[in-house]
Amino acid sequence: MIRSSLSRALAGAILLATGVPASPVFSQSNRPPAELAYTQLADPDQEAQAQLLMEELRCLVCQGQSIADSDAEMAGDMRALVRERIAAGESPQAIREWLIERYGDYVTYDPPLSWITAPLWIAPLLLLALGIFIARRSFRRRRAQ
Amino acid sequence: MRRALIWLPLVLFLLLLGLVISGIVKPGDRAVRSAMVGKPVPALDLPALVDGKPGVNSAALATGEPILLNLFASWCVPCIAEAPQLMKLKQQGVKIYGVAVRDTPEAMARFLNENGDPYAAIGDDGASQVSIALGSSGVPETYVIDGSGRIVLQHIGYVGEQDIAEIRAALEKAR
Repeated sequence: MIRSSLSRALAGAILLATGVPASPVFSQSNRPPAELAYTQLADPDQEAQAQLLMEELRCLVCQGQSIADSDAEMAGDMRALVRERIAAGESPQAIREWLIERYGDYVTYDPPLSWITAPLWIAPLLLLALGIFIARRSFRRRRAQ
Repeated sequence: MRRALIWLPLVLFLLLLGLVISGIVKPGDRAVRSAMVGKPVPALDLPALVDGKPGVNSAALATGEPILLNLFASWCVPCIAEAPQLMKLKQQGVKIYGVAVRDTPEAMARFLNENGDPYAAIGDDGASQVSIALGSSGVPETYVIDGSGRIVLQHIGYVGEQDIAEIRAALEKAR
């Protein structure tokens, strides 16, 4: 007991001295995972819907993974949230939009078309047009010679 | 005109080089900011976690005064580091409401005993549902909420001495 509080105080002191984690730090919490974090829904159709959505939602702790792939506690809580809402009859799109309202487009791996994502679609078309333009010009020049 | 154009590829290359170097030099900020800043606090109703401390609900937060909503946990080490600063803010008359993320009553009681208790109320967010509703991505995080219940500032990470000015300014502005 004394040891543990001492080590905690020490950890706090080290943290204060170095000031390293400006961002939140993640450690193991005191609660077991939420019930639906690791339990599939009974209805296979609903579970399939939930699974599809979970694969397209970003884990905010581990950022390169989807919440379906991650073992982070927060990802577990987000899976529980997705399954609860699907079981309650909410559509996957509505859940995705609810999360985007909270975290921005970054939370989904299928971002909606907006001014920021538009270049992803438009840039290839522009480059293709530029390529055709350059090709036509150089061919015309050769013919003229 | 033609002569000037010959420099274009070099200029483009230097611009790209500058972009890459600035990306390498500046420290990466991987914090995911909440998109809820500027919006009203989502409806919440969290039960009490420890004896003698009420839970946190929307009605309790709507005091007409700016408040702090602090997401924390007894298992979170930076939360120990920010405890003295929160105590200082409380002594200056700031109302602080706590959202205890994934915690147990015993561990929380011990935490408050060891690190001080600046909280007017502590709600039990056992499965992070309110954290997610707030757009939070971990503990500790501190939200400044104005008198009308709108989120005006999200502070990610622990509140250090260097952050007090920013938080006080936001509280002052929210009045």
